[in-house]
Amino acid sequence: MKVRFEVRDLAVAYGKVPGLKGLTLDIYENEILSIIGPSNSGKTSFLRTLNRMNDLEPQARTTGTVLLDGRDIFRDMNPEALRKRVGMIFALPLPLPLSVYDNVAYGPRMSGVRKKSELDRLVETGLRAAYLWDEVKDRLDCSGQKLSGGQQQRLCIARTLALQPDVILFDEPCSGLDPISTAKVEESMTELKKDHTIVLVTNNTKQAARVGTRTAFFLMGDMVEIGPTETIFTAPKNPRTEDYIVGRFG
Amino acid sequence: MIPERIKEKFGFGVLLAATLVVVIPVLFIIWLIISKGWSALSWNFLFTMPREGMREGGIFPAIVGTLYLVFVSIAFALPIGVMAALYLNEYAKDNVLTRTINLAIVNLAGVSSVVFGLFGLSLFVVFLKFGVSIISGALTLGIMTLPVIITTTREALRAVPRSYREVSFSLGATRWQTIRHSVLPSAVPGILTGAILSVGRVAGETAPILFTVAAFYLPRLPHSPLDQAMALPYHLYIISTQIPNVPENYRYGTAFVLVGLVLVMNIAAVLLRAKFRRKK
Repeated sequence: MKVRFEVRDLAVAYGKVPGLKGLTLDIYENEILSIIGPSNSGKTSFLRTLNRMNDLEPQARTTGTVLLDGRDIFRDMNPEALRKRVGMIFALPLPLPLSVYDNVAYGPRMSGVRKKSELDRLVETGLRAAYLWDEVKDRLDCSGQKLSGGQQQRLCIARTLALQPDVILFDEPCSGLDPISTAKVEESMTELKKDHTIVLVTNNTKQAARVGTRTAFFLMGDMVEIGPTETIFTAPKNPRTEDYIVGRFG
Repeated sequence: MIPERIKEKFGFGVLLAATLVVVIPVLFIIWLIISKGWSALSWNFLFTMPREGMREGGIFPAIVGTLYLVFVSIAFALPIGVMAALYLNEYAKDNVLTRTINLAIVNLAGVSSVVFGLFGLSLFVVFLKFGVSIISGALTLGIMTLPVIITTTREALRAVPRSYREVSFSLGATRWQTIRHSVLPSAVPGILTGAILSVGRVAGETAPILFTVAAFYLPRLPHSPLDQAMALPYHLYIISTQIPNVPENYRYGTAFVLVGLVLVMNIAAVLLRAKFRRKK
């Protein structure tokens, strides 16, 4: 298995508050790495480091190295180029106040794609991959904010896919969705794994169990344990992992 | 013991009375200028030059002068104010420089208008040698209205959800692309509100144009931006206090035109704003 992300001694602090205290792990191609843990465990800090969204926090200080296919994301890449390769889906569905089409075409347009035929192709491919094409193909001019919650979240996935990223970061993508919409999003994640690397932060341990190739358990800014999902859920090495999974705390 | 129900009624009455105190002067002003000024309105009054020492004829040059001043000053102040607000809200870090700038803007808003007039006289008229001209007056009015535009634009920018910016950045957009395509389109209606407020102030102010542009009596249209011009508020001041025996309906008619002009420009801006809101 090819390594996509090499994370070495990664630490993030917000002012004097530590978010992540020295993390070392590899993320492989074509896997879904689920990250579980209670709030303030550093899961989201970690996710937002992988596409340098943490750069937007004036307080955040990052140390350590993260390599994407061997290139240092802090020294060798500018954040815009990195974010085109490492897409992100947020906790809430956040369509921009634009039409369905313009939402999906936003990323490609920002990277300079002007040709209508090329944009049409990217929009259709993105919407199809997010299982939304059939539902919206007749109303691409309709406002993206008028879709239902589940459709909006799949629109956001389509919007990210239109950039043809190698990695997709999901930040609790189903926290605002009903079970049926959640199932659809999970289905598309499993499908996307074939061509993408996926990192999924979730508060829903069952979701991690359902879709994760591997699962990591974070607690108070440390990674307690990482391993194949079956192992983490059936025979965790660390008692704190087991306590969290069975719901004894968190 | 007074029953709660009586107290409730009393409280309601006091609040209603306070609201009426606000509304009554507005209605009174409108009634006054319509009842006393309506009879002056005619084609001649609106579109001819003043005659007989401004006791007869029309106020055409003053209308044109005020329109000039409004358009030139807004054309100057709106882009600069919006750009400054964008810098302060989207780029500036919270440091001593930013706080000093904020303080300066608040103070600029508090300076009285006659002081702006003196400032315009010394900077534009004398130092930059623009003379007593439309350009001097419009720039003075523009600087006076900058704090209004900056403050309303910043409010509009702050009201744009942070998530729009996050989403845009996460899709690989640069900061300027994010502002241009995600932030500004949502802020335009709010920015136009600032422009509307400014139009009213610019059209109605007398003190800033007193030394910088206003002509006492100029029975022709200005030839260029470097020419003097008559303006409605100053004209109103003159025919009300400086010239004896001006018919009453001429004075109120001028006030009517000034208020009506601002109203028409505001309605145009409100329609434009509604168009932008619908587009979302």
